[in-house]
Amino acid sequence: MASLIGSAVRRKEDPRLLTGNGCFTDDIKLTGMVHAAFLRSPHAHARIIRVDTEKARSLPGVTAVFTGLDLAGKMKAVPAMWFLPGCDLKPKDRPALATDKVRYAGEAVAVVIAENRYVARDALDLIEVDYEVLPAVVSQELAMQDDAALLHDDVPNNLALLWKAGEIPDQVFADAEVVVKQRLYNQRVIPSPMETRGAVAQYNPGSGEMTLWCTSQNPHIHRLIYADVLGIPETKLRIIAPDVGGGFGAKIATYTEEAVVACIAREIQKPVKWVEERKEHFMATSHGRDEVLEVELAGTKDGRITALRVTNTANLGAYLSTFGAGCPTIDFGLMVTGAYAIPQAAVVTYGVYTNTTPTDAYRGAGKPEATYQIERAVDLFADKIGMDPVEVRRINLVPNDAFPYNSAMGVTYDSGDYQKALDKALEIFDYAAFREEQKEQRQKGKYLGVGFSTYVELCGFGPSAVAGAIGFQGGVWENSTVRVHPGGTVTVFTGTSPHGQGTATTFCQIVAEKLGVPISDVELVSGDTQSVSMGWGTYGSRATAVGGAAVSLATDRVIEKARKIAAHELETTVDQIEFIAGQFTVKGDLSRSRTIQQIARSANYAWNLPEGVEPALEGQSFFDPSNFVYPFGTHICVVEVDEGTGEVEIRRYIAVDDVGRVINPLLAEGQVHGGIAQGVGQALWEGAVYTEQGQLQSGTFMDYTMPKARFFPPIESAFTETLSPVNPLGAKGIGETGTTAAPPAVVNAVMDALKPFGVAALDMPLTPEKVWRAIRSGRDKE
Amino acid sequence: MIPSTFSYVQAHSVEEAIRLLRDSDGEGKLLAGGHSLVPLLKFRLTTPGTLIDIGEIPELRGVRKEGNRIIIGAMTTYRQVLLDPLVAQHLPVLAEAIGQIGDIQIRNRGTIGGNIAHADPAADLPGVALALDAMLEIQGEDGAELVEADGFFLGPLVTALPETSLLTSVSFLIPPEGARSTYLKYAHPASGYAVVGVCAIAALDPDGVVSTIRVAVNGAGDVAYRARSVEDKLLGHAPTAERIRQAASLAADDGEMGSDQFASEEYRRHLCCVYAQRALESILL
Repeated sequence: MASLIGSAVRRKEDPRLLTGNGCFTDDIKLTGMVHAAFLRSPHAHARIIRVDTEKARSLPGVTAVFTGLDLAGKMKAVPAMWFLPGCDLKPKDRPALATDKVRYAGEAVAVVIAENRYVARDALDLIEVDYEVLPAVVSQELAMQDDAALLHDDVPNNLALLWKAGEIPDQVFADAEVVVKQRLYNQRVIPSPMETRGAVAQYNPGSGEMTLWCTSQNPHIHRLIYADVLGIPETKLRIIAPDVGGGFGAKIATYTEEAVVACIAREIQKPVKWVEERKEHFMATSHGRDEVLEVELAGTKDGRITALRVTNTANLGAYLSTFGAGCPTIDFGLMVTGAYAIPQAAVVTYGVYTNTTPTDAYRGAGKPEATYQIERAVDLFADKIGMDPVEVRRINLVPNDAFPYNSAMGVTYDSGDYQKALDKALEIFDYAAFREEQKEQRQKGKYLGVGFSTYVELCGFGPSAVAGAIGFQGGVWENSTVRVHPGGTVTVFTGTSPHGQGTATTFCQIVAEKLGVPISDVELVSGDTQSVSMGWGTYGSRATAVGGAAVSLATDRVIEKARKIAAHELETTVDQIEFIAGQFTVKGDLSRSRTIQQIARSANYAWNLPEGVEPALEGQSFFDPSNFVYPFGTHICVVEVDEGTGEVEIRRYIAVDDVGRVINPLLAEGQVHGGIAQGVGQALWEGAVYTEQGQLQSGTFMDYTMPKARFFPPIESAFTETLSPVNPLGAKGIGETGTTAAPPAVVNAVMDALKPFGVAALDMPLTPEKVWRAIRSGRDKE
Repeated sequence: MIPSTFSYVQAHSVEEAIRLLRDSDGEGKLLAGGHSLVPLLKFRLTTPGTLIDIGEIPELRGVRKEGNRIIIGAMTTYRQVLLDPLVAQHLPVLAEAIGQIGDIQIRNRGTIGGNIAHADPAADLPGVALALDAMLEIQGEDGAELVEADGFFLGPLVTALPETSLLTSVSFLIPPEGARSTYLKYAHPASGYAVVGVCAIAALDPDGVVSTIRVAVNGAGDVAYRARSVEDKLLGHAPTAERIRQAASLAADDGEMGSDQFASEEYRRHLCCVYAQRALESILL
């Protein structure tokens, strides 16, 4: 039998989802349910003078209207959960509803509860709010200036945190043979899952139990935070993340709306539903990135990088979001040296409050920004010393014999073979032939370019002790129970609640392979805090490396117990039992065997168990990895730039990723495709645009460009497999490789194409007009 | 994304639709395919009291040929136009343009009359209508009249259509025998609408001199326009590469350019010229 682990098993989830039988939050319909709609501030910064809800209350069909003052004492503000030490962090919680001041356009000011969504929405137009508009600050650099308007009176210069890691004397740069300095802007993007946020809350006044269905990547984190916000013990607060239609990090965060909905369900003792409109989503759900990166790289003329210094001025938005403090510091800072053996490195991060939507994790969370600056800097360095960008990378990549590799930023890369991934990508690409074609095409007025990204990222969060040391208010271990029922079918429980990853397929593959049962006999349970005892959710590419590892270990415990029962029934000792493909067999005697299903029945009936063995067949594991995992690879992008219009076309995209053991190549490739689409999206099209007054201009899909399938050639995806030593599967993470590797690969490619015009740097997104202007000014110089 | 309250009525004849429009006291809005109107409703950018559905009026659908014109009922869907043999034979450029509108679902629902009456400056058909010398049949309380497409588009979402009138059909002039045509569109990557769309139709006389030339631009500004400066430069001349380049460089001269976060006025002006040049080269060289 072919191994299930490593097989392209089709997604167990798909038949249900594709036939419209999924159950998303909006599909939850409860008897007597009423609907919520939030009134949002049109201003980015304003004092609230008066909120008059009288007319809205009297609209037929309206159940109730609440302002921030109405909720006072009924729930708390929603705090962040990453309190980074040593950076003078000034956390600012999100108020339930704004009372004194609004700090970004889209902040909720009041909520209407009505018999249906239509009435609720109509009633919003009847609420009168008097605002005293205040000057707004949008750019993080301007917000830090002394004369900038303050969002929070007790946060001078709007500076929420100042984090420093490492130090390099100026002399190192002064003495260096070559120094490259570049300012890069990793622009703000808007995570746009197909399903927006939503919540349904039901309160049982008899028992005091609250059930909250919501669009969460991590229901146990939502329980932990909301229990405190709502004053409901975790024993009585049940969070259910049903089918979740994507998150990309935006559904990690605990927001106020979900908690407000629960609070009001308790107040009015009726189930309450809220489903975020797409227009709301653009403003009310966390944004990603928005970091100004100033990178300084020192090296030698023969291509060796000797030191790296980076300053990150990060826009945190109006409040500190759940992981907001961690993304531009730990997630970014620890990975600035990328895949290169750079002996010295230092990072300074300023985290700044502005009158914009709070920022938080977005697919990659800090690592894409880190990768962007180092991969761009390496290209600029190569340019400056006149060396091929591939050659510079080869010289500086961490060598194989250095693993586990301790980086200058103090983290230990678990395993790697960086040259191998680069070799494989180059082999698919045929670099020499490309440079020939590029030369020929340039003579015909066609501008081709190639960009490389030899990336590494940190994921698989992670050792809990490290989480504690960096101020994360939780653990990052995982939990799984594997339960074999009397009939031989298996239920697997996981704390890494998925939101589209296909976890029900991959985790069941692991269990089915190990137990030797058909995958159709295995089902995954996730997303419900009442079914799964604990877990920390799906983000940071941790599902397989941590959650999958827990599943694997729990399965081992099942086998261990089953082996004892089999030995007992087969009248031999445990060490005489072999377990292969679902059969327990006495060594050397194939006639004496039991199937796992037979043992499941024996264990559950418990008629005849060996001494000291308890009934039932179930294993549980709490897995806390010893380190993060560090997936890596090489991405190569080929573009053609239309000289006339500045449009960039992706001609080829090659991705060689090493994510350790690949459980399911079909799903892995899907993750690669999706991640690259989002990464290219950031490089070429996506970008949140605010006016100076803090109005979001890119607030609909008419203006905000999502990457579309027709923008891409077929992606050429391949893998190398360098196992991770930190978990029993040898797996790393795959979810964020594309968004991490792709932006610099694309930008490097466009810069390569624009070389004849003398263009060295442009900020993302590389929109046609921007590229056209660069070409034109390059021509003018000639 | 929930519209404000409105009432809905269905008209079963053109006369009924006009009566319903009149009775709605300016609060009525015609619903054709709905693919432009419904998003506006959801954003509450328009809040009509009554939607008058004209989707069930049979005489508003269909394609026929009369003399040197093809007449298309206003409620004929994009898809029906695309599949129509008369259009394929006589107005390939219309099919070429319609094939670039939206996606399959939109083409299945959206209508040619809805497109033109809605007058979205970034829509594809206003330019094509100008280039094909379209005549619009408008029926009102006092009967029907024919108006030229040139002059019908007054501004973004504003036309010369009277409040209680209905666009019933659009007739397009069949280009002369041997004419070549194209519609070249620079689509906004987010919306797919035209940042610039250039429709060009040209024919040469036996001496190789341009005898027919019609060029129209949509998307670049608030209204589609005929690029007459381009036409004048080419008419009566042999279309050399140099002449085409000179002519195309005038493509922005007859229209007002718009500006937004995606494309500035200057860039749009440039795109008009580039796209005009490419369109003309593809049909004349």
